[in-house]
Amino acid sequence: MAVKTMVESIRETLADEMARDGRVMVIGEDVGQLGGVFRATEGLQARFGADRVVDMPLAEGVIVGAGLGLAMSGMRPVVEIQFLGFGHQAFHQIGQQVARLRYRSAGRHSVPMVIRAPFGGGVRTPELHSDAFEAFYAHCPGLKVVAPSTAHDAKGLLNAALDTDDPVLYLEPLKGYRLQRDEVPEDRFTVPIGKAQVVREGTDVTIVAWSAAVQLALKAADELAADGISAHVLDLRSLVPLDVTGVADAVSATGRAVILHEAPLTGGFGAELAATIQQECFYDLLAPVHRITAPDTPYPLAGIEEAYVPDQARVVREVTALMEVAP
Amino acid sequence: MTRFTPPHEAVEPFRLLDTAGELLGETQMSAAEILESFEWMLLTRTFDEKATSLQRQGRFGTFSSVRGQEASVVGAASALDPARDWIAPQYRELPAILRHGMPLENFALYFMGHPGGCVIPDHVRILPIQISLAAQLPQAVGVAWGLQRQRTDGVVATFVGDGASSEGDFHESLNLAGVAKAPVVFFLQNNGWAISTPRAKQTAARTFADRAAGYGIHGAYVDGNDLLAVNAVMTEAVERARAGDGPTLIESLTWRAGAHNTADDPTKYVTAADHEAWAGTDPVERVEAYLRSTGSLDDDGYEAIRHRCADEVDRALGVAQSTPAATSGALFDHVYAEPFARFDAQREAWRQMQEV
Repeated sequence: MAVKTMVESIRETLADEMARDGRVMVIGEDVGQLGGVFRATEGLQARFGADRVVDMPLAEGVIVGAGLGLAMSGMRPVVEIQFLGFGHQAFHQIGQQVARLRYRSAGRHSVPMVIRAPFGGGVRTPELHSDAFEAFYAHCPGLKVVAPSTAHDAKGLLNAALDTDDPVLYLEPLKGYRLQRDEVPEDRFTVPIGKAQVVREGTDVTIVAWSAAVQLALKAADELAADGISAHVLDLRSLVPLDVTGVADAVSATGRAVILHEAPLTGGFGAELAATIQQECFYDLLAPVHRITAPDTPYPLAGIEEAYVPDQARVVREVTALMEVAP
Repeated sequence: MTRFTPPHEAVEPFRLLDTAGELLGETQMSAAEILESFEWMLLTRTFDEKATSLQRQGRFGTFSSVRGQEASVVGAASALDPARDWIAPQYRELPAILRHGMPLENFALYFMGHPGGCVIPDHVRILPIQISLAAQLPQAVGVAWGLQRQRTDGVVATFVGDGASSEGDFHESLNLAGVAKAPVVFFLQNNGWAISTPRAKQTAARTFADRAAGYGIHGAYVDGNDLLAVNAVMTEAVERARAGDGPTLIESLTWRAGAHNTADDPTKYVTAADHEAWAGTDPVERVEAYLRSTGSLDDDGYEAIRHRCADEVDRALGVAQSTPAATSGALFDHVYAEPFARFDAQREAWRQMQEV
């Protein structure tokens, strides 16, 4: 197996899928000639033509809304929102139209559509690019939300998202695009949507994370191990559907739950997880469910983003403190 | 010298029938086609009257009548081929979606709040009724673009109002349609009102049709209470789209003869002068006068149409009213193509709650 970066894995999967299925189109801002601002679609237009890899007018609402129309017409569009921070401009189409079209048409129309969007911080973007607003979208019935943390899962989840007739928001970590490298099988495979994965076995405390935060959790777990704390790490991979059983099993294995995410605390997806964990694991819990998140402030200018996005030292410090909580 | 301002000379909408029903030019519509269109117009006028009455009795939900706009809607729809063309409606285009194959009882169920009202038969090429104004426009462009890519010759007609044309989706959609040369016709019904907000407060543009120029697409301005003129303009726009020559924005100048919907009170904002200005422009009477004057319709023919319309409205409302109430399962049907454990557990929990 070849080792690939996440962005390579996404690009090659898109190419494979476009070659395999003539209905797949890629539309978005700068996805064609340039190959995307992160090169996630580089080479696709040269190979598949400008009518299948389309540079769109700069308007997120119609990019998503037209993608929805393409899906209704029988195509399988992959729509890129250049940064999830700009998803606000398309939110009315995503939350109200894309997510509900099947329901609003009593099944007459399917929505085989993937919306790709890089999200999260840590790469010093200009203002308003780096927000982690996954919780907004997880709150939209009809939509599925996935967030791979490895190049392997990037391929498997993208294939699964292209296979389903449900619309999928596919979140890509800005920070992991080139930083994260791992082995990716050449042959086509899928990672099931709605299935979490234990990525490190441990006995003392369970860290639940997704996307770039998984790699942070793993690094913190290494450091914690040196201090004698054995961390169990669960990569959620899908927010919707939530793998309730996978979360419950992972937390019950240790009795302590730490939820790690980049988004602000209040109303973040960690709140959904905390509620689910207390419901499913109440009698196994040895300590309160703990959330490590950004503060309830806007994503800052890049000069102080290190203070905003949770880092390894903070994870180690707060997990260590949680180990000292006794019933 | 550079001109900084758009033209302000008044323009008149294209017209083929005067208000007395006299033909001013030539029509491509056959007598049979005009009679068929007249029947669609009369059918929905009959439905509007009946449904409004039922709403007053608490037996029908809040809904928006198409009264006054029948020629506009039917004129546009009559240029479409239901076997290959699509409609992306708003919510005030009942005769268009009926002609395209939507059962009248489904429309009734929708406004009775029954989930059966969302059902679109498989072969019927329409998008769901759109309540979130202008949100259907990007989707219409996407469907049109997809049909073009799949080398079918289908065209998408989408309906929008003067008020909704202020939404961002309107701008984004006309812009993309122009760039993509999508086979779509934007049929803008300027009925004078966005609930209570008059047309003059939506735009400073001379006409809505003028806006087409800004997107590099064709624009047309037509008397929306003139069935023949609307059909002529729409036919040309559909043919152009079908031939691959891109989108058109049609402004159909009409008048909302009733309230915004059954919950609205237009006496608070429509003036006597407004009513006076539009008196004598009823689109149904205009076609009827034309059909009678050309010998295509007599009293017996008119009565036969009225009876068929009344029977169809009674039939559809009968079906709707005898449709069993929905169960909680309808909350969960068609939310996902592939449901999952947490979702299925909720469906089961709601089923059990209903049994209690």
